[in-house]
Amino acid sequence: MDNSNIDLSKFSAGLDALESGTSRKRNKFASLLNFVAPVLAVILVILIWQIAVYLKFKPDYILPTPSQVWASLQNQWNQGLLWHSATNSLRRGVQGFLIAIVIATPIGLALGLNKMARAIFRPILTGLQQLPSVAWVPASIIWFGLSNATIYAVVLLGAVPSIANGLISGIDQIPRIYLKVGKVLGAKRLVSIRHIVLPAAWPGYLSGLEQGWAFAWRSLMAAELIAVSPALGPGLGQMLDTGRQLGDMSLVLAAIFVIMLVGVLIERVFFAPIRNRTLRNRGLG
Amino acid sequence: MNNAGIAFEVRDLTKHFGPNEPLILDGLNLSVRNGELVSILGASGCGKSTLLNILSDLDSASSGSLVVNEKTTLIFQEQSLMPWLSAGKNIELALLINKYPKKLRRKRAQELLELVHLGSAYDKRPHELSGGMKQRVAIARALAQEKKILLMDEPFAALDAITRDFLHEELISIWQRTGITIIFVTHNVREAVRLGQRVLLMSSKPGRFLKEWVVDIPEPRRIDSPAVSQLARVITDDLREEISRHG
Repeated sequence: MDNSNIDLSKFSAGLDALESGTSRKRNKFASLLNFVAPVLAVILVILIWQIAVYLKFKPDYILPTPSQVWASLQNQWNQGLLWHSATNSLRRGVQGFLIAIVIATPIGLALGLNKMARAIFRPILTGLQQLPSVAWVPASIIWFGLSNATIYAVVLLGAVPSIANGLISGIDQIPRIYLKVGKVLGAKRLVSIRHIVLPAAWPGYLSGLEQGWAFAWRSLMAAELIAVSPALGPGLGQMLDTGRQLGDMSLVLAAIFVIMLVGVLIERVFFAPIRNRTLRNRGLG
Repeated sequence: MNNAGIAFEVRDLTKHFGPNEPLILDGLNLSVRNGELVSILGASGCGKSTLLNILSDLDSASSGSLVVNEKTTLIFQEQSLMPWLSAGKNIELALLINKYPKKLRRKRAQELLELVHLGSAYDKRPHELSGGMKQRVAIARALAQEKKILLMDEPFAALDAITRDFLHEELISIWQRTGITIIFVTHNVREAVRLGQRVLLMSSKPGRFLKEWVVDIPEPRRIDSPAVSQLARVITDDLREEISRHG
């Protein structure tokens, strides 16, 4: 060969260097903007609200000022009620969510991998997902009384179908080639599920988990709002109900903000980093 | 030729996807010796992939006999690396499935990457690799299985010419070092001649072996050498004739 003086490994190194793309640096300004812009948007909303109050559209027992809501929050905080309610609700939400994952994952796997099981059970799952889980509150109260069981039942009925459906569509979207590679590599069923099916279905499963959390949190608030009892202790839903009973609009709005804030925090602190990492690792981000 | 030297042998192999469906493969006869590199050449729809699927047990024959004395592995045309694993971990996955000792996996994966000149790519994700690099990792992953027969289904078809030439050299060097049997399926005549010790021409619809050429051009071959071009021209004429038959 007339080019044999060119070393194969040197040639390959040059080729690889030319062909693989240079990695993109993340723009510092862009990430700062990502953080600052939402904060500015919140400030804008508060500003519009303040202007609306100032123009006296409605009396302040219907539309309190931002500072009245803030005072109400401080008052709840000073009584120790805010912390207690928020942590109570969050604990219930997280526990319910974790139980939902344990229940939903085998269901999703079974329906994702077995066409027969899917044909039979998926309509039920979809029906459950379409049903607002607050519809289960009356039934749960009749079955379980005003207890934690009622609250968990509603949370599970809200979260399980979303998580299971997410996993099923994750499995549906696995490119066939990965399953073929698994076969060629000699993977038996369990090894294939653990090392190929689950990681390949992870993006869909993850969005199921995110949606499942959102449903768990909403269902929890609905359950807490309706199932009020001293035995259950405080919660953010109960705080809403207290505000309604007292006709205390500041307290109602304060509770709404805390419920939203917890939702946003969980999304930002927990799900967003996992999602971003997943996308980046697979070259999708 | 004694039976011990045979990697695999098919006799009167046919394949159709259902009793009333047309034949995909019609009476294939092929015997491949251990350590041979055979190119199978054919136009689209000749059932090349079906044959490889049958040889690698992803599919089964409708009739005929099939004796595979050595274990097979298969390399696909399309990107087949797991996108959630780094290059090194993709190879480790093959080692794990084949029960390679856990403590030695990383070292073995690194060795295999070095074999395909990708020693520094262990932590690279598939999306950070070029098409040619991905196929080299896929080859390393296939070698990790330590199977004696490597089936390749148009593995370089999606690559540019420079990369393809390089991978031809790379593949020959791996073949010479490891002594494995390679069945290389392609629709590229020059590629078939560049690589194979034998070139088998397949007809389309149904797939049959039409002709066979023994390539006695010594390595290192070049795809643009007169010897390769000359034989490629002869084979191209036959291939065109076969394709024209379908018009």
